[in-house]
Amino acid sequence: MEKITADVVIVGAGGAGLRAAIAIAESDPQLEVALISKVYPMRSHTCAAEGGAAGVKGADDSLENHFNDTVSGGDWLCDQEVVEYFVNQAPRELVQLEHWGCPWSREDDGSVAVRPFGGMKKKRTWYAADKSGFHILHTLFQTSLQFPTIKRFDEYFALELLHKNGKCRGVVAMEMRSGRFFSFQAPVVIMATGGGGQSFPFTTNGAIKTGDGMAMAYRAGVPLKDMEFVQYHPTGLPGTGILLTEGCRGEGGILVNKDGRRYLQDYGMGPETPIGEPVLKTMELGPRDRLSQAFWHEQKKGNTVETPWGDCVLLDMRHLGEKKINERLPLVRELASSYVGHDPVTDLVPVRPVIHFMMGGIDSNINGETPMPGLYAIGETACSGLHGANRLGSNSLTDLLVSGKRSADRAASYAKEAGKAVDDPAIDAQAEGVVTWVRELLQQQGGDESIAKIRREMKSALEDGAGIYRDEEGTLKACQQIAELRERYEKIEVHDKSNVFNTDLQQALELRNLLDVAETVAEASLQRRESRGAHQRLDYTERDDENYLKHSLAFRQPDGRPRIDWLDVTITRSQPGVRDYSGGKSE
Amino acid sequence: MSMRQMELEVLRYDPEQDEAPRFQNYSVPCVDDWAILDALNYVKENIDTTLAYRWSCHMMVCGSCGMMVNGEPSLTCKTFIRDLPDHVRIEPLENFPIERDLVVVLDDVMEKLRMAKPFIIRKDPPPEDQEFTQSRAALYKFKQYTMCVNCMCCYAACPQYALDSSFIGPAVLALAHRYNLDSRDQGKAERLNLLADHDGVWECSFVGACSEVCPKSVDPAAAVQQMKIDGAKEWWKQKLGGGKS
Repeated sequence: MEKITADVVIVGAGGAGLRAAIAIAESDPQLEVALISKVYPMRSHTCAAEGGAAGVKGADDSLENHFNDTVSGGDWLCDQEVVEYFVNQAPRELVQLEHWGCPWSREDDGSVAVRPFGGMKKKRTWYAADKSGFHILHTLFQTSLQFPTIKRFDEYFALELLHKNGKCRGVVAMEMRSGRFFSFQAPVVIMATGGGGQSFPFTTNGAIKTGDGMAMAYRAGVPLKDMEFVQYHPTGLPGTGILLTEGCRGEGGILVNKDGRRYLQDYGMGPETPIGEPVLKTMELGPRDRLSQAFWHEQKKGNTVETPWGDCVLLDMRHLGEKKINERLPLVRELASSYVGHDPVTDLVPVRPVIHFMMGGIDSNINGETPMPGLYAIGETACSGLHGANRLGSNSLTDLLVSGKRSADRAASYAKEAGKAVDDPAIDAQAEGVVTWVRELLQQQGGDESIAKIRREMKSALEDGAGIYRDEEGTLKACQQIAELRERYEKIEVHDKSNVFNTDLQQALELRNLLDVAETVAEASLQRRESRGAHQRLDYTERDDENYLKHSLAFRQPDGRPRIDWLDVTITRSQPGVRDYSGGKSE
Repeated sequence: MSMRQMELEVLRYDPEQDEAPRFQNYSVPCVDDWAILDALNYVKENIDTTLAYRWSCHMMVCGSCGMMVNGEPSLTCKTFIRDLPDHVRIEPLENFPIERDLVVVLDDVMEKLRMAKPFIIRKDPPPEDQEFTQSRAALYKFKQYTMCVNCMCCYAACPQYALDSSFIGPAVLALAHRYNLDSRDQGKAERLNLLADHDGVWECSFVGACSEVCPKSVDPAAAVQQMKIDGAKEWWKQKLGGGKS
């Protein structure tokens, strides 16, 4: 097996990984960065983010406002020192991106434009039409090309962390093109592999979002935090699950049920606001968890619309007019027209909630540090405590930048102190062990289980047991089903035996990661016996600060289901209160 | 939703086993609103797990799933069954070496991307702690060229790249032009030195196939033509001793 040494290994070359790589290259050109990704960087799922990135901009806004919106949006499960740092750094990072060439949309005076977004009290979402993530990703990727110390390993699939005496020592990866294995040895690994939305059947997440980094850390003994908090985005296209950005509503789009009623007013987000004049933090600009939950109730009441792809509500953007839709929401128009045959300029567009984002992830802190020295986690892969129980739209793109930069600075100092990786037979043996396991999986014959079947069953187990609303019986069943699927996984057969770009093998490895992620989602959902943010229990309908103002930590057990521990939330200046989305009417 | 039985004729090639590429047929029950990518995913899940192809977002932005569909370079997530006959031939993008099945080797264009210096080059420092001012008119000057998803369909369509792969090619030239046109950039002269040489814009024979096949309506052919004019101007400027702009 070939050995590659570096000062810092970054796994994942999306927004977070690229931002971190650039920060390290800028800070010290002596440091060698190995940037590993299972896809070419511009394929990373950051590209699919549409709406924008939050950072205080206007004179009428303040860091305090952004802090309060984020903490209440997260139902007080946010670690407040992390939020404070985040809102402080956000504007600086977004300006930095502008200096690097991001084609942000502009106001009349040539300054960067901001739009309203759900749960935000002021307009502070920087956007590039409705392709913000795409432009952020390409800007970062293109900017990274000027740094010779960033060495890319495109289409290398990371398999397992290397570690010794509790410290991170690198990662083993497979080159897709050749099937060859590489041992990347470094004192620092930064995980930036995104979330694991593919563990659910209906998701905005691309095929590549299989929770690889989360699962690698979890198997290495690092806990996954707050995994029960999975965000449904309220407006996905039925059938495909393609995202229609919150910007649709930010620009003035409204949601109606089969009777044409703006039903959000019936779920604590009213009174109704004038059509075409969106009011911040109420009605259609309420937070995602509340909107998705309202859909669930409408469906139960029989107020949804039947479509060939299942029950939906309707997104009405017709009053925005063709000019505005073309200027601000061109991708939305293209997607809705192509995939469901409804042009938002002339038609109501059917939508329904869709799995979008994991608030949980690898247990990390404000610096991206995890409990394993040398292992860092950033972006969606991480759970730094920023998003709490529900992420506000447009906070995550900014988080890629803020957490990427901060952890890179910390990781660079750590790497310099730790020094270069030295030859270590124990680490080599560990790497060989991983390779042996993968080779055995590849050669295994006569297995009667199919990857696709186990994957399908895992997805429906999670949707049935850990969907928008949950209860004891359903979550327990999901835990048991996933445990059974793990056993059945042992009997899968990879039919493709080739060394060259073996996607059958890759899917088998990804499924293993997804099962790891899924078991933590189900277990943490079972054990959090309260309702908070995106985690809603039909049998424990209230928030319970006395017992559950805590993060959950899922630890892998060699046999059987994960063990859940609890960790206090850091509260600095905002005591838990009521989330008010009545547009100030109830104040 | 109506169903239709489709015959997919898919190019297969595993360099470890096959001496040459071959075709394999799959009969797939397709839903009318599916894209070709959905049909491939059906094959992968239900018929043949060994088929190799790239994909991820299924929403026209990641650029992974470029392939030849009935001879046309296409993004398969936005090539719909409803627009196709019952028999569809799917091949890897033309003009690239085949890595495996529908997966092509992209090393050449990835290296060319770097050569184009696709990043803001400044001689003066940017404004401190605030953004550059950029009018909408200035933004719209280069905006269409930022829409490229690097699917490389334009390379598969380009007759010049087919003849000589040292030609830098449409997407990369369009990207260089995007930065040249950006009011925040001061690196145009640096890029022109590279792009105006023999492998650069002058090699384009202006067939315009690149712009025709682009799934994101970027117009690389226009970029190349504008760069020829820019290159000529720059050459004269330097000849006349006007210095570099």
